[in-house]
Amino acid sequence: MAEAHPVGFQWVMEAKKRGARIIHVDPRFTRTSAVAHQHVPIRVGSDIAFLGGIINHVLQNELDFREYVVSYTNAANIVSDKFQDVDDLDGLFSGFDAESRTYDPTSWQFAQEDDDEDLGRAQADDAGDTAEQRNTASGMQHEAHGMQVGAKPPRDETLQHPMCVFQVLKRHYARYTPEVVEQICGVSQEDFLAVCQAWTENSGRERTTALVYSVGWTQHSVGVQYIRAGAILQLLLGNMGRPGGGIMALRGHASIQGSTDIPTLYNILPGYLPMPNAEKHQTLTDWIDSVRNPGSKGFWANAGAYGINLLKAYWGDAATAENDYCFDYMPRITGDHGTYRTVLDMIDGKVKGYFLLGQNPAVGSAHGRAQRLGMANLDWLVVRDLFEIESATFWKDSPEVATGEIVPEECRTEVFLFPAASHVEKEGTFTQTQRMLQWREKAVEPPGDARSELWFFYHLGRMVRERLAGSTDERDRPLLDLAWDYPLHDEHGSEWGEPSAEDVLKEINGYEIATGRPLSGFGEMKDDGSTLGGCWIYAGVYADGVNQAARRKSRHDQSYVAPEWGWAWPMNRRLLYNRASADPEGRPWSERKAYVWWDEEAGEWTGKDVPDFEKKKAPSYRAPEGSDGVAAIEGIDPFIMQGDGKGALYAPQGLIDGPMPTHYEPVESPFRNLLHGQQGNPTRKEYRRADNPMNPDPREPGAAEVFPYVFTTSRLTEHHTAGAMSRYVEHLAELQPEMFVEVSPQLAEERGLEHMGWCHVVTARSAVEGRVMVTERLRPLRVEGRTVHQVWMPYHWGQGGLVSGDSTNDLFGISLDPNVLIQESKVGTCDVRPGRRPTGPALREYVEGYARRAGVLGDGGNAVVTASAEAQQESAAAQQGEQHSPQQQEDQ
Amino acid sequence: MTGPHSLFGPLDPAPDAGYVDAPSRKGFFTDTSVCIGCKACEVACKEWNDVPENLYEMLGTSYDNSHSLNANQWRHVAFIEQPAGRSSVGLPPSIGDAAPSRDSVDLGMPTLGAAPTDVPDDAKPDFRWLMSSDVCKHCTHAACLDVCPTGSLFRSEFGTVVVQDDICNGCGYCVAACPYGVIDRRRGPEGDPKVGIAQKCTLCYDRLTDNQRPACAQACPTESIQYGDVDELRERASARVATLHEQGVMDARLYGNDPDDGVGGTGAMFLLLDEPEVYGLPPDPVVTTKDLPQMARRAGMAAAAMLAGAAVSFLRRTP
Amino acid sequence: MTQTPHKRSLLPWPVLRQLADGDLLGRGRSVRSKRTDDVVPRTTSADRVAHSVCPYCAVGCAQKVFVKDEKVVQIEGNPESPVNRGRLCPKGSASKNLVTSELRQTTVRYRAPYATEWQDLELHTAMEMVADRVLKSRKDSWQDIDEHGRKVRRTMGIASLGGATLDNEENYLIKKLFTAMGAIQIENQARI
Repeated sequence: MAEAHPVGFQWVMEAKKRGARIIHVDPRFTRTSAVAHQHVPIRVGSDIAFLGGIINHVLQNELDFREYVVSYTNAANIVSDKFQDVDDLDGLFSGFDAESRTYDPTSWQFAQEDDDEDLGRAQADDAGDTAEQRNTASGMQHEAHGMQVGAKPPRDETLQHPMCVFQVLKRHYARYTPEVVEQICGVSQEDFLAVCQAWTENSGRERTTALVYSVGWTQHSVGVQYIRAGAILQLLLGNMGRPGGGIMALRGHASIQGSTDIPTLYNILPGYLPMPNAEKHQTLTDWIDSVRNPGSKGFWANAGAYGINLLKAYWGDAATAENDYCFDYMPRITGDHGTYRTVLDMIDGKVKGYFLLGQNPAVGSAHGRAQRLGMANLDWLVVRDLFEIESATFWKDSPEVATGEIVPEECRTEVFLFPAASHVEKEGTFTQTQRMLQWREKAVEPPGDARSELWFFYHLGRMVRERLAGSTDERDRPLLDLAWDYPLHDEHGSEWGEPSAEDVLKEINGYEIATGRPLSGFGEMKDDGSTLGGCWIYAGVYADGVNQAARRKSRHDQSYVAPEWGWAWPMNRRLLYNRASADPEGRPWSERKAYVWWDEEAGEWTGKDVPDFEKKKAPSYRAPEGSDGVAAIEGIDPFIMQGDGKGALYAPQGLIDGPMPTHYEPVESPFRNLLHGQQGNPTRKEYRRADNPMNPDPREPGAAEVFPYVFTTSRLTEHHTAGAMSRYVEHLAELQPEMFVEVSPQLAEERGLEHMGWCHVVTARSAVEGRVMVTERLRPLRVEGRTVHQVWMPYHWGQGGLVSGDSTNDLFGISLDPNVLIQESKVGTCDVRPGRRPTGPALREYVEGYARRAGVLGDGGNAVVTASAEAQQESAAAQQGEQHSPQQQEDQ
Repeated sequence: MTGPHSLFGPLDPAPDAGYVDAPSRKGFFTDTSVCIGCKACEVACKEWNDVPENLYEMLGTSYDNSHSLNANQWRHVAFIEQPAGRSSVGLPPSIGDAAPSRDSVDLGMPTLGAAPTDVPDDAKPDFRWLMSSDVCKHCTHAACLDVCPTGSLFRSEFGTVVVQDDICNGCGYCVAACPYGVIDRRRGPEGDPKVGIAQKCTLCYDRLTDNQRPACAQACPTESIQYGDVDELRERASARVATLHEQGVMDARLYGNDPDDGVGGTGAMFLLLDEPEVYGLPPDPVVTTKDLPQMARRAGMAAAAMLAGAAVSFLRRTP
Repeated sequence: MTQTPHKRSLLPWPVLRQLADGDLLGRGRSVRSKRTDDVVPRTTSADRVAHSVCPYCAVGCAQKVFVKDEKVVQIEGNPESPVNRGRLCPKGSASKNLVTSELRQTTVRYRAPYATEWQDLELHTAMEMVADRVLKSRKDSWQDIDEHGRKVRRTMGIASLGGATLDNEENYLIKKLFTAMGAIQIENQARI
């Protein structure tokens, strides 16, 4: 955190000053470790084993916050007795189909009250089609919807029933003993138990512990389950929804939270509404119901209003109740259309045009060679950036030009490099990592022809619409009927003016169509077409006609929660699920940790923040029989977006790869999975192609000799991601001027590496070189009885900029988490050699030599399903749904 | 004893330099125990003071690629990786004897963690990574200022020592005089208007004139660099050392806070976690002009006579 | 002209100033140059201050952007912010360097198919060319139905990958336009 978010880290230092203990778990000793109380070095890719060990410690020693756990989590829910756990099935859960490598989660569901064999409607809705969910990144119900369980599963609040979640969880993690943690993670038992002790002693009524991760955690083939493991632990210890607790994702880009809320992502629409799917969402009702899940609890029950408001915002007057608000105008997704699939499609010649908007995939995305070869096979490419980045110049100076794979005179891609406006040259909002929107004022005009994306896309839309005017082709109606009349500032002449970002923000907030009155919140959204709003969760940012994101009341003039600085979604709540900061009766758990509580006299929730609960719903409220939606949320259900209002220790739906996190080895690992025959995540998304080889499984003969080491990557404080905003800036470039490779003194000795000499790192994809930094900040670990060397590299360089160097992301292949299709780019196996890498065509020969020796030159991969045949059969027997249609072998 | 215009010993420098009702002396307290080595100070300094790039070269001294304080580097963050099994070897015996045992005292600093139980004892590292942002000390007795023949270097009303770019002729006397090796003539880049001119931290003199904090202190994320009245900072520094000692960080010590030291105490003081040499700081700096008065005394009478004569002749020419 | 006690005295000759000012050794008040006396920080002399937010990581540090003669002359943290309390990391501190860099592109560059060099292109011409290409690619790769006969009304020929330093308003328009156009491979750093 000190490395990549130094200013955020001031609050950690503030906490340390006030007595907090700071523990840093990281493969290497960083600037964060330097000021922490304890640094715990860990083997890359073993985090679930580590967290699972702590969960086991909590459960075995009954250190959980029992009252919180019973009331606020699903610990008491009874799981179907058809469920079989990984210990019975060699690392698989029940319901696995080896052919599609997905689960039928039917057996994972909660038991039914009346012992009916059939699942409740809401539960059944998501069972089945998980291969499809994996392709459309919709397993997690579009990243935010939570699971859709029946509102009233049977419960045993004594937590003794053998199939209650608490007991299932306890059995699941029983093998994660300190000895096993030591063997898998390379963490000493002493260090591990110190973490367990600190975490548990600092949790409870009087104290809370915060878990902070940076999004490298998501860049694993089990990335979502990493975070799930953190969530389970924080729920068991009662740290969610409480001040000083929680799980904080340190996101790495100014508005990356905003880019998910108002997404430019293929599978979702603003406010986490699903992009319509050709199969599942043929009608407006299908689409709405898939979100609403009739019968389940919670605020998604109003999805009809959210969806219709978006359609009205898109198509204005053309969207009417009679035409289902132009729902048919929406294009449909049919599978995986993610960025990596798309890049492979470029290589295969299926994509004609590509826009890169402030993004430099030639350096920043995994498998840089594939990225660049894809770009070299387009009709046209538009790059919008501040600088002449590598993704704009691949045709003349990329590594593939050096190897002869891209020949400028033979590369057909037409490239437009548009200069972009910087953050001070345009107005608009960023949403920072705690969901807070902050408005930026425009300070100066952009230089020369530099323009904002707002300008570019507004005018592109205008021009496209002008060209299609008069078209009678039905396919052009969505463009011609589009509500696209934004007022322009006049500085570039009337036709080419800059659109008003504030007017766009008003549309995002939503308003009453008849009067133009801005909505004060999503509760005012109507499903009758009388209101419109572009992103329901942002409704309220323009409440009372005031740009709430532009509020800048000094921190000195308000409480520490600072509700009048900017605006946080939803409804300016700064801490989500904060109803959990009070006990079931609505009283603060302790005076020290008072945050939001029930005021009996006033008959409402109150406190330091906007309560994340219906203001007037008393703690004693119990849902009437048969109720659903918001009415079904009881006074003791803090997790109001979940289908049952409870924090999920166990997730019967929503995850492609299992209801509980379990340790799998990374796709590339020098170790066999100590716990199970199943080596890696069996459901991970893979693209089996000759141009995407993965390093071999450790069981393959010779694998350990060819790629014996583990490598990981991360950021340096002095640089920013793919380098466009730091390598071209003098005052940053000089601070870290060269690509380097950190190795331990022991590895340096083993491989003959000299401090500040050159070395290169090799995988089946590429070889990259850098200066050797020998440091004790990296040190070998003992794992499964052997020594493992870990190598670390920053990934900020490319051939452009004031300082240049090889790009670390060239080393990674493409292999994705099945839930969200994010690549595993924080861990891989490699070789490290002294000296510089070969150049020119010799580089490809050199890398292919490695791939050949490793046996991955052809279709490039190792077996994914490695659980025993017996276990596979048994797991499949629990499958109840239809057989899935086989997917393309290449694309699973 | 120190008298007015003394070249050593405790002194309040601004009144001594002719300022009436001078504001209280301003300075820095750099607490390296909370430094995270982010280098925000280096960058914020360069942005505010238009300091050009220093060098684009990886040095291999941990994460330090700025090398040292110089004309193009007015803040410099040192990174010291102290390896396993470090000891007080090389330090004077008295210090060595006093050094706390690494094994028995919790220093409140992280180690790399106990190694797994099957790793032999001698492979268990005891490691720390020290970081410290260095800067001009703004000495109470500043030799650079004492030797400057042009009056380019001057003592400001805030008690700081500042180069006046419009006066400096680049003679370089100050460069040799600084006991810390801070001040330096700018060598490049070509075309920079200040090439050849002596350059160093001004404690953001211009910002101070309007009650704004120096750029580095304003930016510092963790309050490692604190700006304020020197008297108050000295108290704060002492209190911080006491706190760290209470927490078992027996290595914590102050540097530059003592008005009786060789430079009369500095305007920029430091809390260090090891000997000054470890951070590249001289252990016992002395103002290089300390003996100047004695040397000059013999020439004093003659100089005074010349001075009087010159003054008279100058006055005559004044209308 | 009034004289403040800190500024240089008006006596004409340094030695006299030294004597009169009590700055006997000529190290302080008596040697101040006029430029030193007249110094005003850029933060004070700026024409205006715009409130902004750091464009690097997602902490959301508030910045003050000082503008003089329509140029950015300083960017620093806003001390009133509950997020950063005026502080910035090295990247945030380099924001002025970023936005005023001479390396920034300020004109459209165009690389024709098979060309080995860039050429310049007028902005509005470039926009016209992009609009033409978008419509052609859309037309050439249009799908009313997919291979299973399901209605999809889309193009698989146009893709986009956005950085996460785009404003919410920009992302909103991007998704809105591409969706209306039928382009679905619209992605973002948020998946990377």
